[in-house]
Amino acid sequence: MNCTEARLLLHAHIDGELDAANSLEVGRHLKTCTACAAENASLQSLRTALRGADLNYQAPASLRTDVRQFMRDLEPEATRPAVQLQWLWKWLALGLAATALAVVSLRPTGISERDTQLNEVVASHVRSLQAEHLMDVASSDRHTVKPWFDGKLDFAPDVQDFAAQNFPLIGGRLDYLDGHAVAGLVYRRNKHLINVFVWPTTGPMKHETEARRGFSIIRFTAKGMHYCLVSDLNPTELGELAGLLEK
Amino acid sequence: MYSAGNKIAGRAVWRKRKRIVSATEPEQFERVVLPHLDAAYNLARWLAGNDHDAEDIAQEACVRAFRFIGGHRGGDARAWLLAIVRNTAFSWLKKNRPRAVVSIDDGEIAELEDPTVAAGVFNGADRNVLRAALEALPLEFREAIVLRELEGLSYKEIAEIAEVPVGTVMSRLARARRQLQNHFARKGDGQ
Ligand SMILES: [Zn+2]
Repeated sequence: MNCTEARLLLHAHIDGELDAANSLEVGRHLKTCTACAAENASLQSLRTALRGADLNYQAPASLRTDVRQFMRDLEPEATRPAVQLQWLWKWLALGLAATALAVVSLRPTGISERDTQLNEVVASHVRSLQAEHLMDVASSDRHTVKPWFDGKLDFAPDVQDFAAQNFPLIGGRLDYLDGHAVAGLVYRRNKHLINVFVWPTTGPMKHETEARRGFSIIRFTAKGMHYCLVSDLNPTELGELAGLLEK
Repeated sequence: MYSAGNKIAGRAVWRKRKRIVSATEPEQFERVVLPHLDAAYNLARWLAGNDHDAEDIAQEACVRAFRFIGGHRGGDARAWLLAIVRNTAFSWLKKNRPRAVVSIDDGEIAELEDPTVAAGVFNGADRNVLRAALEALPLEFREAIVLRELEGLSYKEIAEIAEVPVGTVMSRLARARRQLQNHFARKGDGQ
């Protein structure tokens, strides 16, 4: 091993990242080369200095308090007294809109679970239309969008581009529906944006088309996944995309 | 960015929903994120360079971590959270301080060229001097040093967080350390 090789491997060596054979070689080189041995000593002393100087910053109490408060506000309503609106607003300003408060309007009690879900879908859609919420990954290339979900979800959504059918894929994002992570695929038809939420099925869902607050919603189960499409597009055209996804 | 005193008209319509999250998620968040809040802040602080921006970044990262918590499937929670902090910080920097995010050329290893010389040995340097030396490093080098020396992460973990190959992590560390050695050689501190 020459000095040039040794100099780079020295770092992996002191970091304990070198395999046994190379480590042995580096060790041997250090025994015979005073310049590299001196470099090794310098690096070791640098490390000791860095680690001994307590350079880590501690989270300020305010951050800890805010995160705790964030946790409290996520608890079910019945278990805590009142929402601290001001605090919530602060988090909203930071973009919490994406998770904590899906439905803006007051929801009368006694509403069915199905209604809740549909409202949530519409709310997710509306939220996504606000600046910077639409896409985590912007690409018309399904080979870019699909791998982006790797490691972020415990399932792999089927990602297809339907540009040829006039429904170009424009991106994807991670979203939350009904308490679990879902893949959000974003398509476009002319000026209309379409959100397609995909998550693994937990049972069959009957194919249905709905209108809610001026949005069209289509839901169905295909290939072991639930699909939920939402858009301000008319139900007929949205149905075309549903047909493509269902295939 | 925002102030705690923000008021909006009709904000009373913001009502807590009965069930926004699954029962396990707050628990998971508490278990996964909270123990690593210091690490999250530390990285944010080193990348941002000041307390105020670091806190904004760390807060935003926590919100994102909550959003992605369902995607955390075991593995090292700290590395997972730090990856989110890193992404949040870089997005923030690109938006707010575009000039701070100048990508370094990872192909360049000129500083390592002369293997006949060796830097001196440190006899321990003052904490503030070391902090200043780290702050003077380019962003990606500083990140590598902080993750390796202050957080003790492996090359593989750093590679995943910084989204670069393991070999790049090694060369960044080598170059960062060389710059630190030069910094002190020039200053004559700790030699
Ligand atoms: Zn040598």
